[in-house]
Amino acid sequence: MLSKEYHVVRGPEGYLPPAAASMGVVLPDKGSALVEGCVVQTDAAMELIADKILSAKNPVFFPGPLVLWAWKDGIAEKAKAIKEMAEAAEAKLIPMPDYRPKYPMINPAIEINPNHPNLTIWHNKIDVCVFIGVHCHYANVALKMIRGGTECYTIALCAEAGHEDAMISLRDVRLEDLQKMTQIIKRRKGEGK
Amino acid sequence: MIEQRVVEPLQLFNAKKEPQFITGSEAVREAIRRANVEMAISYPITPQSESMHLVGDLFAEGYIKEYFRGENEFAVMSSIAGASMAGVRVFTATGGPGTLRAFEVFSTWAGARLPIVCAFMTRGINSPLTIQPDTIEMAFMLDTGILMLHAETAQDLHDMLLSSFMIAEQTEVHIPVGVFVDGFFVTHTRDKVNIAPADMKLPPYDPYSSPVPVMDMENVPFRQMRDPFVMKSNYVSYSAHASWQQEVMAAAERARKYINQYLGELIETENPDADILLIGSGTAVSQSREAMAIARSEGFNVGLVKIKSVRPFPAQEIKELVKHAKAVIVPEFNRVGWLAREIKSVAEETTKIVAGPRVYGGMTMPPEMILDEIRRTSV
Repeated sequence: MLSKEYHVVRGPEGYLPPAAASMGVVLPDKGSALVEGCVVQTDAAMELIADKILSAKNPVFFPGPLVLWAWKDGIAEKAKAIKEMAEAAEAKLIPMPDYRPKYPMINPAIEINPNHPNLTIWHNKIDVCVFIGVHCHYANVALKMIRGGTECYTIALCAEAGHEDAMISLRDVRLEDLQKMTQIIKRRKGEGK
Repeated sequence: MIEQRVVEPLQLFNAKKEPQFITGSEAVREAIRRANVEMAISYPITPQSESMHLVGDLFAEGYIKEYFRGENEFAVMSSIAGASMAGVRVFTATGGPGTLRAFEVFSTWAGARLPIVCAFMTRGINSPLTIQPDTIEMAFMLDTGILMLHAETAQDLHDMLLSSFMIAEQTEVHIPVGVFVDGFFVTHTRDKVNIAPADMKLPPYDPYSSPVPVMDMENVPFRQMRDPFVMKSNYVSYSAHASWQQEVMAAAERARKYINQYLGELIETENPDADILLIGSGTAVSQSREAMAIARSEGFNVGLVKIKSVRPFPAQEIKELVKHAKAVIVPEFNRVGWLAREIKSVAEETTKIVAGPRVYGGMTMPPEMILDEIRRTSV
């Protein structure tokens, strides 16, 4: 049975938290976004993202393979926009270059892996993270584990349908949306947020 | 081959249709003709053989780019997985013992997030060997992770197949769809099927919106292979694997929206507020409909629920319907009663559920069998 009461909030939630989709959280339609399991207007979610990033002690962007390689037209521009956004937010960038589990372990100071994301979050004391350019399946695998075992607040800027397992998720994020997000961050920063 | 043009899915589904008097197997051919399938792989097994033979004819006519016969069902399903990982739209079909011979691969499909569409023409699998109609293989398939639609008629089979490609290929879904149909009862009988013009076809599959990297050797992310966690004995591996499985189940939940969009609700109802509800799937619905008509003519207050989607299961819908009924009868074409078990798993009052009548081994189900249960529960 589905629970209408389930909210996707900062963890640690427990040993094995459920997939939010299995608890009744539904992805937003085009033009909307998700905040902690509830559908909101995209503009409102963008403002909240800016607040979360700017109020964090150590916000970090996790760019994935879809934006780390110029595998099709427009990706290089998108990667540049992500870098500009991180710089505007004074956030670090730690890449997720590879989806294979790394053994005996990754170097958590310089990379993150979707199969053991908590190592990087704990090591760097990351309190807000932003997933971008990560294939949706791997993002969801990692987002659940982060919610389960860390206090990190998760944000997903998704080019597809979005992520119920992130605390804030945008969908259909294009280059213009990234640029708009950067402008919001700059504005909020100027307002002292 | 008729020259085809790509149209939006709903344009195809809502197009002006012409009736054709065809078998269920021929309905498969007409669905695949319009599905823009790039590759199909076959292996014969009764009662499926004719459908994939007809899909082979489509290859000969030029509608499908690649088609071959595998060594056996395990090889077919494995080859289909490879083709799907490489980013092409694929189709295959099997049934009965063929389903079980390939069984391991269906969970692999789901775990690998492959949007494969497979038709299952169900038949008995038990020893002594039988080729006759029986839906017992669906009991085994319930927890493989694939989506399961159950067609009542050749029209359902045609419509569900076409819709399945659109449902399966959504980025947030992206798991296989099995379209199940009762062998012989539907595959080998003729019925009127309304079909869109043959010059229309579905849009092509876009593998670059996949939630996992497409294994395209021309593209950089291809190097992100999907290493298994097997052999790695540590908490990280267990935890990642658990989260992975949850994500596959979540994908099935997300499919509800698209099943609703392309096929209507997960269930269809007639007289849902009746005292006695007949709940079935596949051709058990047809027999139940006959029984309901007779029962209502005799003054019994009987309704019918047709379950179209078994995975995802319409749990909330069934829970509500069962709550308001005095008795629920679940006719099935198998010996184990898997649908009754599913219904009991979501109902609050399980004692009102009659897990039957059931026939198997190829037996037909006369409506009188269901009528007997209606009369008995009405006493």
